[in-house]
Amino acid sequence: MFVRLPDLAGEFIEFFVDGQPCTARAGDTVAAALLAAGHLACRNTPVSGAPRGPYCLMGMCFECLATVDGRPNQQGCMIAVASGMRVETQRGARAVVVDPDAGA
Amino acid sequence: MITLDVAVVGAGPAGLAAATLCAERGLSTSLYDEQGSPGGQVYRGIASSPLRRPEILGEDYWRGATLLRPFANSGTRYVPGASVWSVTRREDGTFSLGMSIGPPGARSAITVAARAVILATGAQERPFPVPGWTRPGVMSVGGAQILLKTAGTVPQGRTVIAGCGPLVWLLAWQYRRAGVAVDALLDTTPKGRLREAARHLPDFLRSPYFSKGLALTRAVRRELRVIEHVESLAIEGDAVTQAACAVRYRLPGGVSVVLDADHVLLHQGVVPDIALASAAGAALAWNPLQACFHPVVDAWGGSSLPGLYVAGDGGGIAGALAAEARGRLTALAVANALGRIDARQRDRDARPLQHALSVALRGRRFLDTLYRPADAFRLPEGDTLACRCEEVTAATVRGLAREGCAGPNQMKAYSRCGMGPCQGRFCGLTVTELIAREQRRDPADVGHYRLRWPVKPLALAELAALPVSEEARRAVDR
Repeated sequence: MFVRLPDLAGEFIEFFVDGQPCTARAGDTVAAALLAAGHLACRNTPVSGAPRGPYCLMGMCFECLATVDGRPNQQGCMIAVASGMRVETQRGARAVVVDPDAGA
Repeated sequence: MITLDVAVVGAGPAGLAAATLCAERGLSTSLYDEQGSPGGQVYRGIASSPLRRPEILGEDYWRGATLLRPFANSGTRYVPGASVWSVTRREDGTFSLGMSIGPPGARSAITVAARAVILATGAQERPFPVPGWTRPGVMSVGGAQILLKTAGTVPQGRTVIAGCGPLVWLLAWQYRRAGVAVDALLDTTPKGRLREAARHLPDFLRSPYFSKGLALTRAVRRELRVIEHVESLAIEGDAVTQAACAVRYRLPGGVSVVLDADHVLLHQGVVPDIALASAAGAALAWNPLQACFHPVVDAWGGSSLPGLYVAGDGGGIAGALAAEARGRLTALAVANALGRIDARQRDRDARPLQHALSVALRGRRFLDTLYRPADAFRLPEGDTLACRCEEVTAATVRGLAREGCAGPNQMKAYSRCGMGPCQGRFCGLTVTELIAREQRRDPADVGHYRLRWPVKPLALAELAALPVSEEARRAVDR
């Protein structure tokens, strides 16, 4: 598991992982917040269903994909966590969004 | 649309230095960066790290902060959170950059026009395809270091660092300073490699990295269990969670050892991020010593496309100090090309930078030779995944190569290798080298995947919302 070092600057906020409240440090990425909240894996692959978790943390590997505030396939390491944010671990491939107003 | 003088992509040492100097020379300059704050990866979090004890990261990291004030005062327009997905050279010789900006949920695509483009997209970690490298609990050393820099977050439990290269030793050293327990460092530098590199030692002795590197590796060896000459690695997983639970490694002479591990941090060097340069159409070359592709660049960072420049590690791996000097040299070349300074002034101003660059490059061949990853860690076999996204095994890639697959692009069509969300970033080099090995060809001849825009994710809604140009309208008019 991953832990935060003692004595860090910054405020702590609450966000949700699969509906469960978790604590994050404001300024963390979603990927860092997931790891610090005890989630080594954040999705299952569309090909074999194997569990995967953040690998490169710099936007290159696309392993940290998760559903963020209802938007699937978001790169967790490229998005800052926010108070009240709802993160869902992703099972397999994303579903096609049919809502024309859903946007990016 | 307003045409900028210079668009810089990337806010690492090369991009910050290049943009600063361009703007100081009176060029209208914008810098676009994917991250929310400047620094790139080497100085990631330099303006925003939550660590209250700066000594954890070491003085070489904090040097990055010296780039920030000149950059902020230079007049560069800084656009963080901008993901550039295309760079196209237009018929009139100017460039169009496509990018997505704004927070998630409100992202929009825009295009920007510029007379010159400086790509300072830096490096990524080289793929490290070993059995189990996709398991939860396995992370790259660079990724673990980003977690430390940006979130003060570290592994707890049985932790093993494995691989080769300066970053392996640096992270081990930083973890010790932070009080993070590391069970072992498995050094995959092959036996005999130090002797091979020794002929470049005189040069390395005069490198700024020599004394620091020596002190750092000595400190790590004193405090950590270092196991040398590891010849093979496999990460074993828990039967239920499939997460990492052990590392199996082999030593010379065939000794096989299993070490319990919840966290396995892998690294075998960095390679240029070529995505934008390659998709823009810049020529690439193969570097046999570093075993990677890089855009072909001249001494000023000029690519094969007039007006497109590549500065820093994106043009070939040389480290942060070299990147800073190369960024400034490229800025001078751009200032000259756009008529701000004449060639004589460019050359005069370049002299101290060229000196700084030659100092930074001293001993590079020593490091490149010493830390060239062993074949076993670049050329996987059997069920080891070559392509993480599409879960294509090394055996599949090798088999198709033996059956006559013409190259990396055909490998995509045959196997879906390289067609997942990472767009070949973590299998490209592996596939090129596997094809080359099976077909007894030179990797330079095999080539790399053809990369096309968008090189980063782009929602259809963002694309559809872009204004349609007259040119584009005519293209589809019947």
